[in-house]
Amino acid sequence: MFDFVSFIPRAVVQGIPLLLGSTGETLTEKSGNLNLGIPGIMYVGGISGVIGAFYYEAGRTAAEMNAVLTLLIPMVCCLLGSLLMGLLYCFLTVTLRANQNVTGLALTTFGVGFGNFFGGSLIKLSGSSLPSIILTNTSNIFRRTLPFASSAGAFGKLFLNYGFLTYVAVAIALLAARVLNRTRVGLHLRAVGESPTTADAAGINVSRYKYMSTCIGAMIAGLGGLYYVMDYACGVWTNDAFGDRGWLAIALVIFTVWRPNVGVLASFLFGGLYILHMYIPSGMNLAVKELYKMAPYVVTIIVLVLSSMRNKRENQPPASLGLPYFREER
Amino acid sequence: MNKKTKTPLFHVAKRAALPWYKTWAIRGAALLLALVLCGAVTSLVTGENPFAVYGAIWKGSFGTTRKIWVLLQNIAMLLCVSLAVTPAFRMRCWNLGAEGQALIGALACAACMITLAGRLPNWAIILCMVVSSLLAGAVWAGIPAFFKARYNTNETLFTLMMNYVAAQLVAYFCVVWESPKGSGTIGIINQKTEIGWIPQFPSQKYLLNILVVAVLCVLIYIYLNYSKQGYEIAVVGESERTARYVGIKVERVILRTMLLSGAICGLAGLLLVGSTNHTLTASIVDGRGFTAVMVSWLAKFNPIGMIFTSFLLVFLGRGAGEIATKFGLNRSFGDILTGIILFCIIGSEFFINYEIKLTRGAGKEG
Repeated sequence: MFDFVSFIPRAVVQGIPLLLGSTGETLTEKSGNLNLGIPGIMYVGGISGVIGAFYYEAGRTAAEMNAVLTLLIPMVCCLLGSLLMGLLYCFLTVTLRANQNVTGLALTTFGVGFGNFFGGSLIKLSGSSLPSIILTNTSNIFRRTLPFASSAGAFGKLFLNYGFLTYVAVAIALLAARVLNRTRVGLHLRAVGESPTTADAAGINVSRYKYMSTCIGAMIAGLGGLYYVMDYACGVWTNDAFGDRGWLAIALVIFTVWRPNVGVLASFLFGGLYILHMYIPSGMNLAVKELYKMAPYVVTIIVLVLSSMRNKRENQPPASLGLPYFREER
Repeated sequence: MNKKTKTPLFHVAKRAALPWYKTWAIRGAALLLALVLCGAVTSLVTGENPFAVYGAIWKGSFGTTRKIWVLLQNIAMLLCVSLAVTPAFRMRCWNLGAEGQALIGALACAACMITLAGRLPNWAIILCMVVSSLLAGAVWAGIPAFFKARYNTNETLFTLMMNYVAAQLVAYFCVVWESPKGSGTIGIINQKTEIGWIPQFPSQKYLLNILVVAVLCVLIYIYLNYSKQGYEIAVVGESERTARYVGIKVERVILRTMLLSGAICGLAGLLLVGSTNHTLTASIVDGRGFTAVMVSWLAKFNPIGMIFTSFLLVFLGRGAGEIATKFGLNRSFGDILTGIILFCIIGSEFFINYEIKLTRGAGKEG
């Protein structure tokens, strides 16, 4: 019998970084910016949080650490780091009108390098005597669950047994969906993404919307990196451990046809697909497991193709996705 | 209430074409700024004086004869992938799948080397390798191209996803063909018999690759600038509607160009496996598929200019590697420096295409 009670929580924990990444990217893409720098931003978000926590945890025992500060410092560092990356992307693509694909890829190169560099050299640079970056105390506070969760049986295991960031991620996704579809700001944002010329003529400040959505999107995505380190990896930073989850987050945006609320369940599905290979009895044949890891990407491709074949208007990418906007060029 | 009219301090206008020496002066200035920034960041991290840092960068690429050859080989491979993506980019078709296309070419090449060893004469195996690699790359690019042409599927996202499908496929075959058993890696293919190893110049291991890519570079330059098909690509890139109006079959051009693009990526995979590495791993392409996008764009899709931009990126990458080893830092330091340089050059393009005009009488009440 397939063990759902142990499978689903693991799928959820795998899915949350993807959910945060894809919610951020959806907001960004709705403004017409295709930010391929998301994988890099998630690395930067993760490592910034780690750096903050590292300096706070250094020389303190678990008892000396203030729970609120322990949560706040990494989060603020993470948000700040990813905000800077978002600003850089906006400055280059919106203000300087550079090509979005090239800028995004450069941002990913930079961000992944930044993460791995400080992940690998933080110990040496700070002159500390620790053998590696292990932030168990910080992680324990991030992973703290409701006291009665583990005693509430299967229900508790499936729904209550997560760190607080998990619920924050779901709340952000639902909030983003609401803002996009039910508020004036969301309407304006979608207008900017569909047709910046029209939006500009209607008196909407295109650049401001692009900046705001991309920077907020980057911050949300950065939290995904932090969640991965603090919650999933138990506070242990390993270089390249985050892997290709950033690209998977971008895949998730397509899979959910640009709807963050769909993303909540879809991200759990992706998380499940990501770890499915550990649960499929393949006997001694290790090779087949590699094929299972392909599943999320294949599913995304199928969704991308189907949505373009059916050509329903509400399922299309924002019309100006990837194009720079310059008022005098229409 | 007193109503004020706000005049902006400056406004941005599109420039008429700049003379070539001015554009290169702007790019040169951006590069200089980037190098100063890189030096500053490096000396901040290592505490070394900046000139020692530049010295280390230089030594990393030109220190020994062997290093120069490795540098040239790396430039050749990066240039090969960049040449592959360029025709598609000129058409404004963003093929971000070069990584996967090269990987699948490498996989096809390795498949021929492993499965055909001993069954066919060596020349026939090499022929099979060449044909199957090119074909595999072309098919991998052809799938997104078909859907792009037929249903207008977003090719950026499609080709991006295909990279990871290719990577997992390679990981699968790495386990299937593993040698020795249980290692999960393939190791050097046909190490004793050297079956399927593309013959090399006796003294220089990398010379063949470099020559192949050099010839390819000239060919692509001619193809893009002086052939009818190259012209069609340019027209489709400028405006699809114009292309349709003058009777160009846009779907066919998209498919043809992407097939070409994929085939050249397959060639890169062939050269990597058949000619230099003689092994297959999921990371054999080493991110070149993504770096190639930047190489091609920085050179404004000009194959000859790409020689220079790929040199620049490889040179810095290897230089940063040298700094990393010398000062005991993580090797990813190179990526940070590459990022800084890219940001500077990307930003500088703005000053080539646009000018900032100060608005007259700015700041005064009108």
